[in-house]
Amino acid sequence: MINRHFVLLNQSDNVFVCCEQLLAGASTTLEEVSVSMNVDITVGHKIARQAISQGDKIIKYGVSIGSATEDIAFGDHVHMHNMKSDYIASHTRQSRVGEES
Amino acid sequence: MKGYLRADGRKGIRNIILVTYLVECAHHVARAIVTDSPSDNVQLIGFPGCYPNEYSLKIMEGLCTHPNVAGVLMVSLGCEGFNREQLSNTIKASGRPVETLVIQKSGGTKKTIAAGLERVRELVVSAEAVELVPMDISELMVGTICGGSDGTSGIGANPAVGHCFDKLIEDDAVCIFEETGELIGCEQIMAERAITPELGVEIMASVEKAEKYYTKMGYGSFAPGNAEGGLTTQEEKSMGAYAKSGSSKIHGLIKPGDIPSQGGLYLMDVVPDGEPMFGFPNIVDSAEIVEMIASGCHLTLFTTGRGSVVGSAISPVIKVCANPETYENLSDDMDINAGKIIKGEATVSQVGDEIYQMVKQVAQGQQTKSEELGHQEFVLTYKKFEGIGPSCLPTVR
Repeated sequence: MINRHFVLLNQSDNVFVCCEQLLAGASTTLEEVSVSMNVDITVGHKIARQAISQGDKIIKYGVSIGSATEDIAFGDHVHMHNMKSDYIASHTRQSRVGEES
Repeated sequence: MKGYLRADGRKGIRNIILVTYLVECAHHVARAIVTDSPSDNVQLIGFPGCYPNEYSLKIMEGLCTHPNVAGVLMVSLGCEGFNREQLSNTIKASGRPVETLVIQKSGGTKKTIAAGLERVRELVVSAEAVELVPMDISELMVGTICGGSDGTSGIGANPAVGHCFDKLIEDDAVCIFEETGELIGCEQIMAERAITPELGVEIMASVEKAEKYYTKMGYGSFAPGNAEGGLTTQEEKSMGAYAKSGSSKIHGLIKPGDIPSQGGLYLMDVVPDGEPMFGFPNIVDSAEIVEMIASGCHLTLFTTGRGSVVGSAISPVIKVCANPETYENLSDDMDINAGKIIKGEATVSQVGDEIYQMVKQVAQGQQTKSEELGHQEFVLTYKKFEGIGPSCLPTVR
């Protein structure tokens, strides 16, 4: 655990996983760097451990879980709006990612 | 540990009488027989379709001759396509008592229900006479699936089940994990764990098949709740799901209804062969549990993050909850709190040991939460498979 709110699963990961929710505007210290959340981060969600460039692999459990679709800043929420599968599209209740509902 | 000894030599941890409808048209009659039956050990399963299907017959054969099953009453309408004669012969050959009622020949709903209750009473009496004999943990078969996964599943519950699997495999039990569509992205590392290179090739091929199949379906094995729970991609969900398999060597690749004959870890290939023809590989978690049971599993370890409440007919389901908030909210439905891991209050191996102890207790008759609550979900639909390839069950160890 990095702090009460986030865990690092593997040393080579570029994301942290939330283990206790943190609301938008709240600050936290990640590996000695302070950052404030720009959206609510709930349990199980990911934030960037470092700046990630568009096209970079997102690394979790020490392996790639997809690619960034835009530049992602340190501390940003990493999810369907800024990364995608390298295999098969994910879908939400409204629409498949990348398609208009 | 003790088990119910069946005539075919297999040993069960429950002593169930099944009432099985062979087409939706016989469902009401079969359900009425189960509802009116005085015994808690009488359970309902069935197949809805009128067209014959080799897969569903094979699964039904596996379920009706499962070690937890003492006897079967089949309820047929009469004109459906299900091969009731073959199912009846298979059950008879296993030494279990089997009765068939055909509604069209039995005078309709009321008379068939009355006749069914009489038959079930006799089957319950015969089940009570089944001998309990010593059973070793090496004779146990345990499956695992995940349902309602979220970003905590792969951190807490799934690796803890993996730890439990490693211990069971040391005991020479059979452990089965599955859903090749939820292992997309893990095929390379998984293939390296195969006991022979040829098996590794088969494993790679099974995941490639899953990817093609799901691409054609237009959806991965990825539900909206997975995304709400923080999972973003199929391969992220896969990496979490994969942790359920633990770290043992993979001893074989089986298809639904194939029953491993030696202890070890097996991957079940649940994605149909050939061109997609009946829709999604498994429409819902319960269909996966049913396949595990048809392959002999005495019980299933079900990991969840969002919070599934299901159990199953025939074999108990132990629910392992990864998300501490879900555990608090749904604690009446959860057997194991793996949310302690992400909270830093317990290690993966501590929770894995807890699951291992619970497997032994449930095998000795302790009721799981879903059993206590009366959950007996059951889903069986159409699928199509070819047999496994020659490299899938290597005999070398």
